[in-house]
Amino acid sequence: MSSHPPRPPEEQSAGPGGHARRGFLAGAGAIAAAGLALLAPVWSGLRVVFDPLRRASSDPALVPVARLAAIPADGVPRKFRVTADRIDAWNTQRNMPVGAVYLRRTEDSLQAFNVICPHAGCFVNLAADRSRFVCPCHKSSFDLEGTVDDPASPSPRDMDTLDVEIRDGDQIWVRFQNFLPGRADKTPVA
Amino acid sequence: MKSLLGWLDHRTGYRDLLRKALVESIPGGAKWRYVWGSALTFAIAVQFVTGIILWAAYSPNAQGAWESVYYIENVMAGGWMLRGIHHYMAHATMILLVLHLMQVVVAGAYKAPREVNFWFGIVLLHIVLGLSLTGYLLPWDQKGYWATKVATSIASITPVVGPALQKVLVGGADYGHLTLTRFFALHAGVLPGALIALIAGHVYLFRRHGVTAGQPRETEHATQSEGAEEDGQDGPASHPPRPRDGWFWPDQALRDAVACLAVMAAVLYLVIRTGGAPLGAPADAAEPYAAARPEWYFMFLFQWLKYFPAGTEVIGAIVIPGLVVTLITLMPFAGRWRLGHRFNLGLTGGVLSGVALLTWLAYAQDRADPDFVFAQTHAEAEAERAVELAGAGGGIPASGALALLRSDPFTQGPRLFAERCASCHTYDGHDGMGRPLPEPQTAAELKRFASREWLEGLLDPERVATSEYFGGTEFARGRMVRMVQSRVAGFTHEEQADLAQVIKAVSAQAALPYQAEADEADRAEILEGTALISSASVGCTECHEFQDVVERPLGPTLTGFGSEEWLTAFIRDASHPRFYGDRNDRMPAFGPEEILSDEEIRLLVAWLREDWYRSGEEEGGPR
Ligand code: FES
Repeated sequence: MSSHPPRPPEEQSAGPGGHARRGFLAGAGAIAAAGLALLAPVWSGLRVVFDPLRRASSDPALVPVARLAAIPADGVPRKFRVTADRIDAWNTQRNMPVGAVYLRRTEDSLQAFNVICPHAGCFVNLAADRSRFVCPCHKSSFDLEGTVDDPASPSPRDMDTLDVEIRDGDQIWVRFQNFLPGRADKTPVA
Repeated sequence: MKSLLGWLDHRTGYRDLLRKALVESIPGGAKWRYVWGSALTFAIAVQFVTGIILWAAYSPNAQGAWESVYYIENVMAGGWMLRGIHHYMAHATMILLVLHLMQVVVAGAYKAPREVNFWFGIVLLHIVLGLSLTGYLLPWDQKGYWATKVATSIASITPVVGPALQKVLVGGADYGHLTLTRFFALHAGVLPGALIALIAGHVYLFRRHGVTAGQPRETEHATQSEGAEEDGQDGPASHPPRPRDGWFWPDQALRDAVACLAVMAAVLYLVIRTGGAPLGAPADAAEPYAAARPEWYFMFLFQWLKYFPAGTEVIGAIVIPGLVVTLITLMPFAGRWRLGHRFNLGLTGGVLSGVALLTWLAYAQDRADPDFVFAQTHAEAEAERAVELAGAGGGIPASGALALLRSDPFTQGPRLFAERCASCHTYDGHDGMGRPLPEPQTAAELKRFASREWLEGLLDPERVATSEYFGGTEFARGRMVRMVQSRVAGFTHEEQADLAQVIKAVSAQAALPYQAEADEADRAEILEGTALISSASVGCTECHEFQDVVERPLGPTLTGFGSEEWLTAFIRDASHPRFYGDRNDRMPAFGPEEILSDEEIRLLVAWLREDWYRSGEEEGGPR
């Protein structure tokens, strides 16, 4: 035997039909074995990639944002930074600026808006003459109540209002939340 | 040596490979218009090399990304140039790729049998766009942060899977560490890997089909060289090219190399002229960034979105671009019809001019928008400041560059002033940030408050009752204004000289850093002036307390007037008996009412006193 080179597979096949069957079995076996070998890395890899989907952010808590005294009851919105404790992957961060809000007070109302544009997530500005909000990106425009005031605005909905509460007489608390951009309904980013 | 190479060749067959690579014959001879592919490959190769070196110094996490890029850019030798090359070569890649594709379309080289290679080109374009998009975020500066937010928002409006897609891409509900790790993995791993695979396939197919169609005997030639490849050993060398044909080496290689050099020269020119790639201020979720714009080759899309009002965003952002790409992908099939090629040319021309028009509109609108121009200038100034602060004190504290910026009076003072003070006060005639104010303000101008010039104005009968000082307040008819307008206006020469000394003395109470030299030089005068404050001739202490001397305290104390302590206490509560008491006109009690935090008051005070870190100075880090 040692003086002869191994015969090519064709010649080794047993009976008629045996060749095809063997070939098929070998192929299926190869694919199955390779698939099995890849199963664990692919499975665990996909789990890691999609892990963020499993992490629902906890219900947003109310956070103190400002004192009533800081907002004259003149209907002009004023911008405030929102600081809160937040978890960023492996870090927990105390008192981090997580976003900003406009607070607007009139004689009988207090409104809070998330500054983020419902169109595509830019930071909405107060116009220089303080008469309305404008988004510096695609020029969505809102009146001071946060309502879209120009039909050409690309924003699909009014500015996002946030729950406000006054505690201890004059401390304004806001439930700070972001919402999915680009859709007519106001769905919290979860 | 020779035998070693011979051995290597026996084991690897590299000579054959090399010969095949270099001795490819080029029908019709070497041509300048064949250089695009090589220039493009060169540009991509440069991106790999510079990218890997940048990688060796970059840290993808929300608290270290900006800092590490700052370090590369401003501290490491050659860092700015390396990053600059990587940045501008990305632009060059984009341009070369589009030119290359255009050339393919014009020459009709997308037609059979080269459909697959044409599609490779289209996918390549998308990968390069993806590289640019992901790379834009990595420095974690304001610009990249806000511009990328728009991009991921668009991902989220993809029907059905949008929100999940966004979350997987961003690595969670909010931007953070995982956004950077994921974008970096895409930018430095997934996309470059795909790029290599595609280029390999592209070059293989290109070699298989030969260069551009259009030569009458091209098909024949292609079959020939295919056959040659199967012959193995001798390769195309055994089929001498026809008389007019040329060889890749060295004829075409020379042209290619010159083209690569030209690309590099253009990139270097840009790097040196602009001082390298821009780095904005560190990303801040709570700080507006009105200059958020994507890289220029995405500007057309940015502009495009403006035309899709509520409810039609999906059409604008996803459906129409998707259709255009589909049409382009189908070009090889369209090309089979009689008018197909014309149609494809028209399509390409139409898309390109549309893109050009939108890009132009985007820039024209921004240039014409004073808010944008302002935001951009402001952003540049802030970026510069961030770098200045980062360079102070030998290193950035672990809390990051953003913390430095947030505790910097020079940066925060104007913002706080604009938001909390400018409803009544002015600063150098504007709102603190440099924006004009709608109408004359009610309360005093505060630029260089308590400086000699400021006090001179206050004691000037012409100016004291203007809106610069007391004009808009209750005090416009108060004792101080009357005193200045009657008594000071009638001062003799001598009394005026006394007043000048008093001004210097009161101003010295503030111990203003920018006036320190003058205060030092005028020590003697200040001493005399201090004595004169309570004298009968000038008579400040009739109404103002000064070093415990006062007749009837009506106005603010002059002891420590304008000093850090004085100003802090004044902003906290101007109604304190030390200051205006119950005569205070509308100045809120910022401290007790917690309108401003202690830190915010500190920042405002330091800013008004121009007491901030300057990189030219000897003192330690920022305070
Ligand atoms: S993000 Fe505000 S208009 Fe587009």
